[in-house]
Amino acid sequence: MALTRNDSAPLFSPDTANTLRLIVYLALAIGLMVSDHRNGWLTRVRYAASVAIEPMYRLASLPSQLARDAGDAVADRTRLNARNAELERELLLAQARLNRLQTVREQNERLQQLLDAQRSLDVGVQLARIIDVDTDPFRHRVVVDAGVRQGVAAGEAVLDAHGVMGQIVEVLPDTSTVMLITDPAHALPVKSERTGLRAIARGTGALDSLELQNVPISADIKPSDKLVTSGLGGHFPAGFPVGNVRAIRNDPSGMFAVATVAPSAALDRSGEVLILHDLPDPVGPPAAASAEGPPASGVQR
Amino acid sequence: MNRLRANDWLFWGSVFACYLLQLMPLPQALLPFKPWWLALVLVYWTLEAPEHVSLGRAFVLGLIGDVFVGDMLGEQALRLCIFCFILMRFRARLRFFPMWQQALAVLALLVNDRIVLLAERAAAGLGGAPPSYWLAPLVGALAWPWVFLLLDDARARLRARES
Repeated sequence: MALTRNDSAPLFSPDTANTLRLIVYLALAIGLMVSDHRNGWLTRVRYAASVAIEPMYRLASLPSQLARDAGDAVADRTRLNARNAELERELLLAQARLNRLQTVREQNERLQQLLDAQRSLDVGVQLARIIDVDTDPFRHRVVVDAGVRQGVAAGEAVLDAHGVMGQIVEVLPDTSTVMLITDPAHALPVKSERTGLRAIARGTGALDSLELQNVPISADIKPSDKLVTSGLGGHFPAGFPVGNVRAIRNDPSGMFAVATVAPSAALDRSGEVLILHDLPDPVGPPAAASAEGPPASGVQR
Repeated sequence: MNRLRANDWLFWGSVFACYLLQLMPLPQALLPFKPWWLALVLVYWTLEAPEHVSLGRAFVLGLIGDVFVGDMLGEQALRLCIFCFILMRFRARLRFFPMWQQALAVLALLVNDRIVLLAERAAAGLGGAPPSYWLAPLVGALAWPWVFLLLDDARARLRARES
């Protein structure tokens, strides 16, 4: 037979799709994944590569930015006027509320001075804008345009006008990633404003609901109860609105109730968010006891 | 020589566009429909100009994607390696399939990739996926003819201009 075995285009091209090579690369990838999971290499790599990543994010968010700007440009006059009037009304209301708060604050300061308290209630906040990029549709993360250079640090709470949005999980020089409270990996200590009942609100992976698991069946909780952060755990300051209880059902075991919660923050909207700089005083288990104490063996240092 | 360089430009340009498309925001309701553009473009290059694609390159492109997405280093690299390996194995047959059969093959490859991703997530302790998880391969298969026509047209134009 004149058929050559070394045909330039064989049916199965063994030289390009070499099984051994595949196995090597697969092992390499798995090794990378495991070590990344353990040591968090990716964060460091991303920090080093931020020169390339950040422009890419901004470039990717350009179309939606342009669309929004174009929408602003062609929005008709009556709608803008209506919006303007509405905003003015809201501003007026907010102003009135602020004035009232101002007096309360002054009173509070006087009382604090009386009590000789050191802590002030001013919280350091920073405005940041959400950059429209989708990293992974099955995780709830957003990217905001403030990073290390703007003084953002991992673990800080992120709020919008209506409530808690999430917390910073990764910082790059000029951008950072926020994990939303609805991310399945997120849990947040809350308490009911009406009864003070404490619970943990977990993300469900759906953008419009949270879940309180393991609520005692006898607990006093009912639909439309308002939940606020409890401040326990030390990540979020106390008293910020988280959501409203939507429904309560029994969990499969029948031992506990599960409450579904509608988050108050507008998680599906992009725009401006507030980053809270001031981490609250850690409230949690007290620091480990120092080595001081009755000597166990009587030997002096 | 010159043509090769123009082809290189087209290759890297298409890969860059894929990364951009992957990061581009979509309305919440459309998110599950987003296909894996990088894989689709690599299908084209593997079938039509295999000198541009190798397992090593697939690995590196996947790693770059991982750095952009920031999920887990090596995740896309692993998926892309498996994807390209199967693709290269069946390249000689796939090339001469009619378009609709190619689209079906792409669908099978993408569904397989979804299974790999599911296994990766299970290994990382992330758990199950919603039913909408399986929509993206369908959209990818539907998008494949258009990706093919677009890239083929761009390549033909380059060739015509240079010859």
